[in-house]
Amino acid sequence: MTQGSPVHEPYTEASQQHEANMLGMFIFLGTEIMLFGGLFAAIMVYRIEHREQLIEASKRLYLWIGTANTVILLTSSLLVALAVQASRAGSRRVGATLLVASACMGVGFLGLKGIEYAKEWQEGLLPLTGVRHAFSGPVQELFMGLYLAATGLHAVHLTIGIALMVGLSWRVGRGSLRLPQKALTVELCGLYWHLVDIIWIFLFPALYLVR
Amino acid sequence: MTERHIPETDVEKVSYLRAGHSLRSWLLTTDHKRIAILYLYAVTFFFFIGGAAAALVRIELLTPGGDFLTNEGYNRTFTLHGVIMVWFFLIPSIPNTFGNFLIPLMIGARDLAFPRLNLLSWYIYLLGGTLTLYVLVAGGVDTGWTFYTPLSSMFANGNVVAATVAIFIAGFSSILTGLNFIVTIHTLRAPGMTWGRLPLFVWSHYATSLILVLATPILAITLALIAAERLFGIGIFDPSLGGDPLLYQHLFWFYSHPAVYIMVLPALGVVSELVAAAARKPVFGYWFVAFSSIAIAIIGFLVWGHHMFVSGQSMYASAVFSFLSLAVAVPSGIKVYNWTATLYKGHISLDPPFLFAMSFIGLFVFGGLTGLILAMLAIDVHVHDTYFVVAHFHYIMVGGTVSAFFGALHFWWPKITGREYIMVWGRLTAIFIFLGFNLTFFPQYLLGYLGMPRRYHIYDPSFQVLHVMSSLGASLLGVAYVLPFTYLFYSLRYGKPSPPNPWGVTGLEWTTPSPPPKQNFDQIPVVTTGPYDYPVEMEDRR
Ligand code: HEM
Ligand SMILES: [Cu+2]
Repeated sequence: MTQGSPVHEPYTEASQQHEANMLGMFIFLGTEIMLFGGLFAAIMVYRIEHREQLIEASKRLYLWIGTANTVILLTSSLLVALAVQASRAGSRRVGATLLVASACMGVGFLGLKGIEYAKEWQEGLLPLTGVRHAFSGPVQELFMGLYLAATGLHAVHLTIGIALMVGLSWRVGRGSLRLPQKALTVELCGLYWHLVDIIWIFLFPALYLVR
Repeated sequence: MTERHIPETDVEKVSYLRAGHSLRSWLLTTDHKRIAILYLYAVTFFFFIGGAAAALVRIELLTPGGDFLTNEGYNRTFTLHGVIMVWFFLIPSIPNTFGNFLIPLMIGARDLAFPRLNLLSWYIYLLGGTLTLYVLVAGGVDTGWTFYTPLSSMFANGNVVAATVAIFIAGFSSILTGLNFIVTIHTLRAPGMTWGRLPLFVWSHYATSLILVLATPILAITLALIAAERLFGIGIFDPSLGGDPLLYQHLFWFYSHPAVYIMVLPALGVVSELVAAAARKPVFGYWFVAFSSIAIAIIGFLVWGHHMFVSGQSMYASAVFSFLSLAVAVPSGIKVYNWTATLYKGHISLDPPFLFAMSFIGLFVFGGLTGLILAMLAIDVHVHDTYFVVAHFHYIMVGGTVSAFFGALHFWWPKITGREYIMVWGRLTAIFIFLGFNLTFFPQYLLGYLGMPRRYHIYDPSFQVLHVMSSLGASLLGVAYVLPFTYLFYSLRYGKPSPPNPWGVTGLEWTTPSPPPKQNFDQIPVVTTGPYDYPVEMEDRR
């Protein structure tokens, strides 16, 4: 798959190096899943402990923004998958364009998320110190805390993903990342992007759809 | 034994130690052996900081009154002791020094899979460590190493945020190391180095790494939530919002029980190597010992609730956790039985590393058995949060892991530095550590059983005798821990140059010169035999 890519120090064969990079990435993604796993555990526990109030609290979220963002991220993942195909085929122009496009969708996601936060801020629904609070009850504040922690952490990940995509498309476009020999690099960054997407796919129902 | 400085040998001239002399060549190295040495310096430094905190605790406990430290000062001291020892010494101790140094050598590779990541992990560790030192200077934390909410999130007034951030950062260093080890063991084994030929040290590091990558992120998110509560007011564990402090405990122990195995599994790996070397026999029941590490890693994830028997968790949950905790002792037991069977009828060498290994076995058995006692629901209600628990985990983490650390240091020292130290001193140290350790911690079992609660510094005068014994033992232990510095550093200048295989044992690392060259092997070796192919021919020894 990556014939011709240079073999670096501890490795003796290209296949070995390829396997190591893939495995390393998958293990890293595993750690990311565990990281969010703690938050999902908390969301689940509180959903069991405060079922009714949690459902009430969830109704205050902007379902349409959440849905729009889900569509955006899913589409961006498709673009990334296509970019991986393109880089395997060695088409630099297409690859670079697709990567930029997915980064733009990521930015779009963050923009919408920002609008959503701003609205919630105005309504007094963000449980930050020094903000006017307008919670219907303690559990709503708890829920909004979880919401903010989980979506905030996700946004941080997405920001990193966007930076990766922009950097990657720059290097692919300029040709400093040689394709198809280095298609693995695109593939690995793509895997990260998919993971950020998948985490959202789970956050969306856990926060927005429990109503 | 000569008193004269022995100049650099030809082997040393071409070794990894001389591949670049500048500070820069050390600080920017990607050689796993040099990074191991960087880690060795760093963890030793933190070991002595943590030790200093322990000394303060033991001084305070000499008398029943609170006359040396204030209440708050005492809380901050034992918290710092716990935090530094757990995250900045025990967890990185064996994996990041000996694991780093030995895994590539043992599997016949030139380096770890991601050498630059390896260096990065050291810098991340240092960053976390520096922040911890800042916490120390800024006045400390008083929550205990467990950071229980709501104390840590709402009431504690120390530097909780800085401390949690420091541990959060150090966690990433653990994750990177674990990831690196797993990938290395999967992809960089030399031709013929099948899984069944891996030294048991490598198996136990594989199991450790699984825990490192799976459990550490949970700690990270849990501590991050505490920091978020203190910084931004996002109260996820806040009881007044319906938040559940028990959820915190579940998350914390879901990491921290597996983490105790992060601390002991590498030690078990060291001892498997040392036992085979001491008896000069193949390890009895290789596959059982190998898979018991994996079993420990898996079952270790299922027992966290035994820390919460009196927290008010469901009785049914407690019963299940109690049963599973008994089960997790089985693979540990298998190891001990198999080591004993390995030693049986062997010509057991009592050179320093092996003395450490023997004392490990004894102390580990004692700590493990008292773990079983604690895992019994009814007894735990009585001894929970007493010195019995303190003694239990110190037998395993200090008696066990720290002894194994010193055993490893004495065993692989000639390989790492190319010099031999004076054996008598090593033997004396091993014996002093064993005696000092038992004098320090055995009385704590009695104290706990009699009802002395942990984390208190004002106590009933009837406990004083045992506390004084413990403090005396701690002084002996402290001296014994400093001793190796003298003769090991002495050996660097005056020690006899070591042959490639000074102990006459098996293992690919012993086929390289002492100290090894930068690239480890001129030719990647082809492995044709199992890991403990004894007896070793005499001419192979030199
Ligand atoms: C043989 C299997 C083991 C069993 C069945 C076991 C059981 C237990 C139990 C039931 C407790 C809770 C006692 C209480 O708080 O009331 C405990 C505490 C503890 N154990 Fe073990 N243990 C085992 C092995 C280990 C190992 C291998 C280590 C470390 C390397 C370890 C370290 C600890 C620590 C640090 C604590 C106290 C944590 C704290 O509250 O600060 N244990 N153990
Ligand atoms: Cu435990």
